[in-house]
Amino acid sequence: MRVAICHYGAGNVRSVELALSRLGATVVDDVEGADLAVLPGVGSARTALAGLKERGHDDALRERCAAGRPVLGICLGLQLALDGSDEDGGTEGLGLLEGRAVRITEGRVPRLGWAAVEPLGAAFYFAHSYACETPHATAWSEGVVAEARAGSFLGVQFHPEKSGAAGSRYLAEVLEEVRCPTPA
Amino acid sequence: MPYPRLIPCLDVAAGRVVKGVRFRGLRDVGDPVELGETYSEAGADELVFLDVTATLEDRSTFVALARRVAERLQIPFTVGGGVRTAADAESLLEAGADKVAVNSAALARPELLTELAERLGSQAVVVAIDAERGAVRSHAGTLPTERGAVDWAAEAVARGAGEILLTSIDADGTRAGYDLELTSAVANAVDVPVIASGGAGTARHVADVLDIAQAALLASILHEDAARLGSLRGELRELGVVVRDAA
Repeated sequence: MRVAICHYGAGNVRSVELALSRLGATVVDDVEGADLAVLPGVGSARTALAGLKERGHDDALRERCAAGRPVLGICLGLQLALDGSDEDGGTEGLGLLEGRAVRITEGRVPRLGWAAVEPLGAAFYFAHSYACETPHATAWSEGVVAEARAGSFLGVQFHPEKSGAAGSRYLAEVLEEVRCPTPA
Repeated sequence: MPYPRLIPCLDVAAGRVVKGVRFRGLRDVGDPVELGETYSEAGADELVFLDVTATLEDRSTFVALARRVAERLQIPFTVGGGVRTAADAESLLEAGADKVAVNSAALARPELLTELAERLGSQAVVVAIDAERGAVRSHAGTLPTERGAVDWAAEAVARGAGEILLTSIDADGTRAGYDLELTSAVANAVDVPVIASGGAGTARHVADVLDIAQAALLASILHEDAARLGSLRGELRELGVVVRDAA
């Protein structure tokens, strides 16, 4: 299993690489050719998007999704995949799935910590100030979209790479799904 | 709201975990990565590694430590001590840390918080505040400042800090309970999560502070016996605190 991580500048991308390597994946640079492309989540929307464009990852990810090839977005990586975000005074997204990232208005923000995700049946680690509004949600955490799927794109708001055993199990299932796709 | 968090804190000097009482009399209590792993297995929600010496030579050692921690652990961790620039913070996050804590450097130049938030996102920027009788002290508690803890917390958040690590120097290491008055005043003044630090002695102390703060930092209560974290979680449940099921 060859997995490419889209680098786009600053932040903790290494933890995602380490988590996938522990599960037996080989981390490669080729975003277009890899079995799975991962769009990790660090930094702010505008900086991240500029970094992605600079490296040509935006087109590569759109082509992958158009061809039905798997892409995993994590945290900001999920939000970048939407049509747009209210972050940084409004930024355009990659348009891999319909929806928009909006500022969280309830509780303390950033929303930091472990929270239960249903129907996944486990707690995962979240660290975000914006949340997704999308018709493609497949799991929720305290009213927040925790997972969304559209075609070959899968996005999670939580950080599986930082969610201990539950996170490892989740990533292992993602890799298994890439290996043996189940018909939708 | 997410689960209340229990965060073991590891004070690191020259690559070893140390602990003192009221910021003084440091003694060696173990290897940071090994202790971190023990805590992670016992159900720690996050970890904090603070470089208490924070000299120039230590900085690369600390990046190396962050790399080792990321290789062994799969829970979030914060690193602090000696972070003076966005580049310092970036190298720690690139090594695998999730958040950086800044203290004296932000007091000296508050714009640093905004620079960090713009580069890394607020969720990765923790302002560490050491307070004695309500007043902020800098340089690991050794120097007085003109600032009040509540005002500084509010300003730090306005400038981009996404979390506050609030240590009561009065309570630190005493195991006589957290400084509830200070924690409450700061938590009421900001809308970001607050990590309370200093004074944990019993599960009741932790339960009391988790009524006010979103996370409790644990240091001396664990250092004699790292397995205490597991029993503490059980005692907190009995006291009605809904902690994460770490299975």
